Amino acid sequence: MTTMTKLTLKTEGDTHIVVTRHFAAPPEAVYRAHLDPKLIQKWMLGPEGWTMPVCENDARPGGKIRYEWKHAKGNGFYLTGEFLELKPYSKIVHVERMYLPDPTPDNHVETHFEPDGTGTLMTMRMTLPDPQTRAAMLATGMERGMEASYVRLESLI
Amino acid sequence: MDVRPNLNVSFAALADPTRRAILGRLALGEATVMELAEPFEMTQPAISQHLKVLEEAGLIVQRVDGTKRPRRLAKAGIEAMDQWLAMLRRALEKNYDRLDEVLAAMEPNRKGKR
Repeated sequence: MTTMTKLTLKTEGDTHIVVTRHFAAPPEAVYRAHLDPKLIQKWMLGPEGWTMPVCENDARPGGKIRYEWKHAKGNGFYLTGEFLELKPYSKIVHVERMYLPDPTPDNHVETHFEPDGTGTLMTMRMTLPDPQTRAAMLATGMERGMEASYVRLESLI
Repeated sequence: MDVRPNLNVSFAALADPTRRAILGRLALGEATVMELAEPFEMTQPAISQHLKVLEEAGLIVQRVDGTKRPRRLAKAGIEAMDQWLAMLRRALEKNYDRLDEVLAAMEPNRKGKR
């Protein structure tokens, strides 16, 4: 039975984007896969053709994040951020911004992991500074493979 | 007369990040040139030039409101937004499908699927 893994994306209010996804693994594993650079580099890649040669994060409140993506054709972009709150194995709160190459406004991201049967329900709630930013991010994210970090989504279910 | 927007022209219009961002803004609703220029920190003439390209591509339309010419998404523009969303969604699904595999590898003793 795999229908439960279906992704949902929706906008909430003027500035939020909410993504949910079920995983077969328990919250401990899903939480770890969102923080361990070695694991992140295996999945947070977006469309085919992208790799993440740099994946650094200091998983504690105030700790820095730096992820760099590169495309086979040679182009790339990067993201920086900071952790605000970490609650094993249920919650990660961080802010991030993309450099394209100019920095995008901060995206505040709250990711929750809760037991769901034998697996995990992940709920990621992003908050952008204003509706224009949310809309512009949706559009500008495209070509850069920003999709890689599962942001910039508009209502769609 | 065939009034369907020419697909090549549409794709060329979408090749520019500012024009995609303008469409993103118009997805929120109708906007004047001044309103469109503001978030992008561009001059109104520069924005007007982008709007012209988008109009010629059939992605946006304008109406007359006194001295203003507010723009809104045309049907083709809405469809273009939908295509982006579908692409984003696919990319996201790809991420999480890969994560499923990563998780399975972390748990070699996981029970089989129901």
